[in-house]
Amino acid sequence: MRMNIHFKNRVACIGAGLTLFRRRLFETPRELAWEAAKQALENAGMELKDIDCVVFGSAPDAFDGIHMQGEYMVDGAGGYKKPFTRVYVGGGTGVFSVIAGWWHVASGLCDKVLVVAEEKMSPALPHPQYVFHHIFDPITDKPLGVNLIWIFALEMHRYMYKYNIKKEDIALVSVKNKRNALDHPAAQLGAKITVEDVLNSEVLVWPVQRLDISPVSDGAGALILTSEEYAKQYTDTPVWIDGVGWNLDTTYWTNRDLAFPKYLYYAGKMAYRMAGIHNPRKEIDVAEVYDPFDYKELHHMEGLQLARKGEAPILTREGVTERDGDLPINPSGGLLGVGNPIAAAGIMKVAEIFWQLRKEAGKRQVAKDPTTGLAQAWGDLMQIGTVVIMRV
Amino acid sequence: MILLGRDVAIIGIGSTNYTPMTTEYSYKELMFEAALKAYEDAGINPRKELDALVTAAEDFWEGVSIFDEYIPDQMGAVLKPALTVSGDGLWGIIHGYMLVKTGYFDIVAVEAHSKASDIDNIMDVWRIALDPHYHRPIVDNVHMFAGLEMMRFMEEYNVSREALSMIVVKNRYNALYNPMAPYGTKTDIETVSNSEVVSYPLRKMDISEYSDGATVVVLASREVAEKYDKEPIWIEGVGWISDSPNIEEWDLACPSHVVLAASMAYSQANIDNPFKEIDLAEVDDRYSYREFQSLVALDLTNGYMMDELVFEGVISPSGELPVNPSGGYLGMGYPLEAGGLVKLYNAVVQLRGEAGPMQVGDVEKAVVMTRREFPSPSSAVVVLGR
Repeated sequence: MRMNIHFKNRVACIGAGLTLFRRRLFETPRELAWEAAKQALENAGMELKDIDCVVFGSAPDAFDGIHMQGEYMVDGAGGYKKPFTRVYVGGGTGVFSVIAGWWHVASGLCDKVLVVAEEKMSPALPHPQYVFHHIFDPITDKPLGVNLIWIFALEMHRYMYKYNIKKEDIALVSVKNKRNALDHPAAQLGAKITVEDVLNSEVLVWPVQRLDISPVSDGAGALILTSEEYAKQYTDTPVWIDGVGWNLDTTYWTNRDLAFPKYLYYAGKMAYRMAGIHNPRKEIDVAEVYDPFDYKELHHMEGLQLARKGEAPILTREGVTERDGDLPINPSGGLLGVGNPIAAAGIMKVAEIFWQLRKEAGKRQVAKDPTTGLAQAWGDLMQIGTVVIMRV
Repeated sequence: MILLGRDVAIIGIGSTNYTPMTTEYSYKELMFEAALKAYEDAGINPRKELDALVTAAEDFWEGVSIFDEYIPDQMGAVLKPALTVSGDGLWGIIHGYMLVKTGYFDIVAVEAHSKASDIDNIMDVWRIALDPHYHRPIVDNVHMFAGLEMMRFMEEYNVSREALSMIVVKNRYNALYNPMAPYGTKTDIETVSNSEVVSYPLRKMDISEYSDGATVVVLASREVAEKYDKEPIWIEGVGWISDSPNIEEWDLACPSHVVLAASMAYSQANIDNPFKEIDLAEVDDRYSYREFQSLVALDLTNGYMMDELVFEGVISPSGELPVNPSGGYLGMGYPLEAGGLVKLYNAVVQLRGEAGPMQVGDVEKAVVMTRREFPSPSSAVVVLGR
């Protein structure tokens, strides 16, 4: 891996689009993808014929129930008669598809790339959680009857135990994010709730309770990435992708210390090095970290060096992570508030940073004047971290 | 799109043998064997020197959701940037190529594998790929699409049944010289032409059988490749295009996605007259007629009729343009997503002049092309040079 002085082509983000995030949307996967793509194109002032390459992101095929889902989505995602690929890294796919779009441009092979991510979780019956049963090792894990909530309960417990964190502090994340989501036009679960509501909600797998978790959602998101030359043609306010990083840990999640996400630490380091960031806590102005569960926001802040180990709950309690705080985290409302259509949720995070840096976030705009933002997602078997750093 | 030049080289290749059935190994062990050979060939220590790993795989072939979870350990890529492309291995190569071209990555490994023999009901899995509303209810067998395409192609390009059978005879004979290929045999036109009808005019022997195996290719930047003791093989051009997913909208005689992908790759590689400049073609031959159809779309026929190409030996290993001297899918078996990577492997072996009895003479430039199968509307083309 080399330092950022060697970069050849700078990559800009010039448009973003997002559909509503809802459970049981009527649109087909193709329709959802196109709705988001069209918005992004209009936002950037482009037409589909201006696009060189298309990158599509979607987590497991099993949600949409279509094998080789990328191929099925070609026209919906705008890839008709264009170079088109689907990439996936599980839950991290949303932010990862932006990284894939980045290398299409950074390699010099494409100038204008449309990145689309779509997920329709709700068709899975009786519940999408059953699909997650099939992500586990068929020999060693699956016979135990595991699902995702089960292993995240293990991780949450370990995290709470190691740093002596109280559930009340973790619940604050859910309260903050759901409140932030009230201002997001696409949000599924914006709400005014209290810490007591979280602590009194139904226990799913101790210590995970219903309000600790993001919902089942359908939705799609899209971004337009271009080379420096074209960015200047289309807009006066491009947002630059200055750093990307991703890192995959071992399959054997049972052999890791669950209290600290080492893979994310490495992914963050890669992105920081590329962007020339030495002190992330000081230099990052606003961050969208992945929060499918409330403790994950804290966990990921520590992995990204935005807080010291065990410090994230304290920052949250002190209001540092609020929109008007010193380090606003998830001003969009995150997955807990806006919704979690897996891959699309990652694009939602990058799009939020795009809007925040362009000062177009409206009521969600953070109080400080942000110049550097970070979006992150996480996936597979608690295994991969994907990071994008953007600047104006 | 801009002109590219020689920035990315192939410095290592490794592959298991391809077999109709692998009861003794898991896919992880197959991947490990191929990776070990490739890293050995490249002379690298993956734990220290590998910058990124690209795997090409599809969940439903593997029987798990989010297959990306299962790739790092056996590839020596734990705690490294690793990703999965849902596509054929050739798309993996294209993404690895772009990663190196960004300037941030020096050594990238690309992996693809097949464990088709583990899939009990492979035709049902193919059917799940069909549009759930329009196609799935009426299509029992995806070979039906091949039947339609074959009919249309034979009509448009005036191809005889014998010429198609001869492709099968040629490729399966070529495979006899390929130590990795399981389906090598001496057969004749009569046997192929009289084999059982699957979807008229497609017959059983027109279709390649499935095979298992894994292949790994190591890509490197120019700086690294120039320090390397073997002669590097350069990636000179890449192209990949998807058409409409609705099969009724395709040009069944000559697939436009292959034509577009080829022109993208040729323009990057500065190729004006493909037939003259290219010495070897490893092209899609999942079905017998596909080999002709691929040559037409890749502009590699030089005005010959299809029957002339095969009966006058133009595309035989000793001909003007050797096509699939490895035996292609008909001889090697169709290894699902590993298909393109196996073809690339065989092209690299030829370019290096290490193909032994398979060697077709001095190869300077080769083209590798594969399609993803029905109902996929996608194809990829890679031009390699010495």
